[in-house]
Amino acid sequence: MSSKTYYDPADLKKFGDISEWNEKLGTKFFDWYDEVFKDGALTAREKSLIALAVSHAIQCPYCIDAYTSDTLKKGCSEEEMMEAVHVAGAIRGGASLVHGVQMMNKAKKLSM
Amino acid sequence: MKSLHARKHDLASVDNQLKFLNNGIFENGKLDSFEKQLLKSGRWPLKPTELEIFQINLGYMCNQTCKHCHVDAGPDRKEIMTRDTMQLCLDVLRNTQVHTLDLTGGAPEMNPDFRWFVEEAVKTGVEEIIVRSNLTIILANPKYHDLPDFFKKHKIRVVSSLPYYKKSKTDRQRGDGVFDKSIRALTMLNELGYGKPETGLVLDLVYNPSGAFLPGDQLSLENDFKKSLLAEFEITFNHLFTITNLPISRFLEYLVASENYEDYMESLVMAFNPLTVDGLMCRNTISIDWKGFLYDCDFNQMLEIKVAAKGSEHISAWNIDALAKRNIMTNQHCFGCTAGAGSSCQGTTA
Repeated sequence: MSSKTYYDPADLKKFGDISEWNEKLGTKFFDWYDEVFKDGALTAREKSLIALAVSHAIQCPYCIDAYTSDTLKKGCSEEEMMEAVHVAGAIRGGASLVHGVQMMNKAKKLSM
Repeated sequence: MKSLHARKHDLASVDNQLKFLNNGIFENGKLDSFEKQLLKSGRWPLKPTELEIFQINLGYMCNQTCKHCHVDAGPDRKEIMTRDTMQLCLDVLRNTQVHTLDLTGGAPEMNPDFRWFVEEAVKTGVEEIIVRSNLTIILANPKYHDLPDFFKKHKIRVVSSLPYYKKSKTDRQRGDGVFDKSIRALTMLNELGYGKPETGLVLDLVYNPSGAFLPGDQLSLENDFKKSLLAEFEITFNHLFTITNLPISRFLEYLVASENYEDYMESLVMAFNPLTVDGLMCRNTISIDWKGFLYDCDFNQMLEIKVAAKGSEHISAWNIDALAKRNIMTNQHCFGCTAGAGSSCQGTTA
């Protein structure tokens, strides 16, 4: 490994290469992936904003890079993009805080 | 901001732009050149179809200095077409099958002979006259305030740049205050019937991405623009054309300064779509510069790549047979017109 970091932005362009070591599954994945992002009950634009939010929730640098470009390309405004990121942040923050109920339940059970 | 020309910037030189376009990622064969891509898809040499459109650049003078301008236009550019050269264009127009006259610039309205030229062009019987108006020119000076009436009188199709339906992105690309003035100008045009059903007065908008990314789906963007402009400003228009920014002139300057050049160029090459080739505007259009020289398109004009028709490179030596037999001149910037759904002055081509 010559790379000094785990993530190299240039690797994003090589995403398709994963099919080289398992063409059948790789092809199935990319066909499904392309289908998922087409206009449907949700527009491709809405799906791109969801993908941007999820990218932040799972903190995937490749996905953040890809869906920042994609939302811009689809004509999303910077306000929409940042609101999507806040949705991801709110869910992540909420996911921690809702466990506060578990903490309270346990504390109450243990306390006089 | 001043033009590259006024700043004596390295990229004001066409030779330097072409060096940039042909070196780097194309130099070591990492990526196929445009010519090689056309060869691979069986489309080289690129030949013209029947000539349908005259696109005449009336000069590089403009009241705006947009960051992405492929013309390097601005208030400091003084190159404009003379009435004598316009007359040569009219003489040819009168004797061709061309159905559309497409006037561009700079701001074509700033040419002092603009109105005379349009009036004379109407007399030739050409079916359609397009003016590529930046909108703000209408409000730039009292002498331009009646331009919408002039457009209406001659049933001119108005095609105007508006890179976004909100202020921030528009002003970042086109200059402070441009969005508000554009909205006022669009309202004036709407009030005269432009962009309204059944008036026959066509108002189209042009979308250029405000950054180093390709345009999205034309129809989806048109729907977003229509919905937003109607809801916020009660503005209506006919069509939205998405145009890819080509890596030349001031957009090239931006790409290099923002360290986006290689990635952007690579994205254009990777998005090469052979289905766009049939509809490329260079095939049915001749572009004419302020001095009367002929080019395959407005982008070749800016790179000073004249038509490959020896002895017929100027409007004064018009020879339709020689032009019909020519090979269209290409270079790496052409990848901008073949990426994704394609790009032309009339929007997508695939």
